[in-house]
Amino acid sequence: MLERAHILVCGGTGCTSGNSKKIFTEFERILKDNKLDGEVKLIMTGCFGLCARGPIVVVYPDGTFYQHVKPSDVEEIVVEHILKGRPVERLLNKEKDEDGSVKPFNETAFYKSQHRLVLRNCGVINPENIDEYLAYDGYLAYQKAVTEMTPQEVIDVIKASGLRGRGGGGFPTGTKWQFARNSVSDKKFVVCNADEGDPGAFMDRSVLEGDPHSVIEAMMIAGYAIGADQGYIYVRAEYPIAVSRLQIAIAQALEYGILGDNAMGLGHKFNIELRLGAGAFVCGEETALLNSTEGKRGEPRQRPPFPAVKGLFGKPTLINNVETYANITSIILKGADWFASMGTEKSKGTKVFALGGKIHNTGLVEIPMGTTLRTIIEEIGGGIPNGKKFKAAQTGGPSGGCIPASLIDTPIDYDNLIAIGSMMGSGGLIVMDEDNCMVDIAKFFLEFTVDESCGKCTPCRVGNKRLYEMLDKVTKGEATMEDLDEMEALCHYIKENSLCGLGQTAPNPVLSTLRYFKDEYIAHVRDKKCPAGVCKALVSYEIDPALCVGCGLCKRGCPVGAISGEIRQVHVIDPKKCIKCGACIAACRKNAIKK
Amino acid sequence: MSKEIIGTPQQYEQFCQVLEELKSVPGPVMKAMQSAQDIYGYLPIEVQSKIASTFGVSLEEVYGIATFYSQFNLNPKGKYTIGICLGTACYVKGSGAILDKFKEKLGISPGETTADRKFTLDATRCIGCCGLAPVLTVGGEVFGNLTVDDVDRILARYND
Ligand SMILES: Cc1cc2nc3c(=O)[nH]c(=O)nc-3n(C[C@H](O)[C@H](O)[C@H](O)COP(=O)(O)O)c2cc1C
Ligand code: SF4
Ligand code: SF4
Ligand code: FES
Ligand code: FES
Repeated sequence: MLERAHILVCGGTGCTSGNSKKIFTEFERILKDNKLDGEVKLIMTGCFGLCARGPIVVVYPDGTFYQHVKPSDVEEIVVEHILKGRPVERLLNKEKDEDGSVKPFNETAFYKSQHRLVLRNCGVINPENIDEYLAYDGYLAYQKAVTEMTPQEVIDVIKASGLRGRGGGGFPTGTKWQFARNSVSDKKFVVCNADEGDPGAFMDRSVLEGDPHSVIEAMMIAGYAIGADQGYIYVRAEYPIAVSRLQIAIAQALEYGILGDNAMGLGHKFNIELRLGAGAFVCGEETALLNSTEGKRGEPRQRPPFPAVKGLFGKPTLINNVETYANITSIILKGADWFASMGTEKSKGTKVFALGGKIHNTGLVEIPMGTTLRTIIEEIGGGIPNGKKFKAAQTGGPSGGCIPASLIDTPIDYDNLIAIGSMMGSGGLIVMDEDNCMVDIAKFFLEFTVDESCGKCTPCRVGNKRLYEMLDKVTKGEATMEDLDEMEALCHYIKENSLCGLGQTAPNPVLSTLRYFKDEYIAHVRDKKCPAGVCKALVSYEIDPALCVGCGLCKRGCPVGAISGEIRQVHVIDPKKCIKCGACIAACRKNAIKK
Repeated sequence: MSKEIIGTPQQYEQFCQVLEELKSVPGPVMKAMQSAQDIYGYLPIEVQSKIASTFGVSLEEVYGIATFYSQFNLNPKGKYTIGICLGTACYVKGSGAILDKFKEKLGISPGETTADRKFTLDATRCIGCCGLAPVLTVGGEVFGNLTVDDVDRILARYND
């Protein structure tokens, strides 16, 4: 290292929205003003994972982790830390060692139990500079595959590693590559599924933003293994930063002769084209994605034939998820045994989760398969804020289910999650506390699927709509116990009769909440109560006369004038006028208002 | 097909250039529509029929694609589009109530534009800033860690 320090500024989506670009340009300016621009290297990186504490700045060689940095803090960091060698205390992570010194960030609870394999370069290199990727063993795996291995040997290594698809289904990746290789055709394609449809998840986005070349390299390796010379990356249009980083990465790889007619001068051709989605969840389903990549309506196709036999433009096509590809180069370089040494018997390696919802450390975490939910929530996630109780975790998005608190010690892998009625999904992990109503959550997901059903087949189009209406009745206190039974039967009907994965999994959130939170459904139906106080039709607001001091704050806060009372007298809410907006609860300093 | 130019001459020139470039690309229709929307802000029917005739598909097919995907607009949008994230992470942290407040303030539902064409309201899916949930976007700007009380402040910012 020629420079005496490196300053890394997070350029991930979370931090960018917190103005990290401005922080970066401030550093440029102030380093220059202090004539430090030759001595200190400034790097814009991808996501560090701890987005909730963003914008993040990390200073090396010491690894000081600054959080919630503002452009106005930059001068102090340069003057105090870089020039005088004194870290800026007030911007540090507050976690201390026993001896009272601040912990280096990779030893804090959030990072300690993680194992960053897929995310190895995120927050480390500048994703817009191919030289940095090359300096971290970039494109060595492709070179190794082409010069030292036959295509079949590449596939054998992937098979032996036990890698399974990270897009949700968990299908063995090596086997899929084998199918694509076995198909005989004059033309084949390699496709990357970067549609990341699970609402509330952003693993793939962070990989593309932080380390786009790792995906490009893996697609090249796949092309060599199955005999394809053209790749497509289908990426959501909602991800502008990821799109632009991919464009830059592809252009640089072309310029360096890494992509192209004679890729890396090793005698094989490989090119990659980007295709943008346009806001349709079903396009994450692989056959719908192929239709959309061809520029058509993104409706699923009947399977079989599977894409490996007849895919894009009717040709054999290998389609994998972003995170699946992001594992490939390490497996080629370090070997199948190394990869298979991590994880559980049938789920190898690591999994990236987007940890969100009611949890302290929201962000991106990568853990070895088999880590328990407890470790993720209590250690890495730092527990539930505001002293609330953990109620459930949702995985698998609209196709998945809720894991109740009683199963918090379940080791997370593909098969365990299926066994408890959820699924791995692509990696969304949403934590819920006692203030979340499980019926409402089920309804939320159903509304999503009803909205996103492509309408091609009736069980999904009509069935889910009916299911949604029944849930709506439950949340309004209008359902009967018979309706609950009917709901369950309808769930099974939809699952068995829908054409594609969207319809086949859409009832899962309902089934899993019925399984673990039946009492909550019953409370809505029989007692006409929403225990969490979420379902508006079933809550009523009341002022506790014993606690009210008659300050009048609630009265002023109420938008519809539903509260009356003289000053220093107990106030009352008129339930007929009350619109249940909750403004009074927020206004009252005495916690006198209950729902 | 009329020879009339669509939109301003600059827009039309750009549009024709895109169509020309895409003639050599396999499966070009959606790409053409995306570029056209970038140029015009929405997809007027004239634009759709020009895309159809250029690539030898029916207008119905182009229209079918336009209505299938939520990001294609058949009508012009307001000056500012307010997109409230209803992704799971944002929803469990109360973005539903924030949407309700915007609906009440602007008097429109998601997908609609105010009569003065100033604001369009959108309910969006996860935009990948879940760490800051609940979030919304106005144009390209992201606002995070919102509460219902922030709604007035945000509207005021765009009150020009
Ligand atoms: C409704 C639906 C949505 C899906 N969304 C995605 C997605 O957003 N990203 C993804 O990689 N796979 C998604 N999948 C899974 C894909 O169909 C496919 O299995 C996957 O891309 C294969 O890659 P993998 O083997 O590497 O996981 C979805 C499936 C269904 C049924
Ligand atoms: S199951 Fe739903 S999304 Fe899938 S093809 Fe049928 S209607 Fe379309
Ligand atoms: S704000 Fe609370 S204490 Fe004050 S009048 Fe209302 S209920 Fe009573
Ligand atoms: S975007 Fe900066 S830490 Fe995630
Ligand atoms: S759920 Fe709103 S940004 Fe992800």
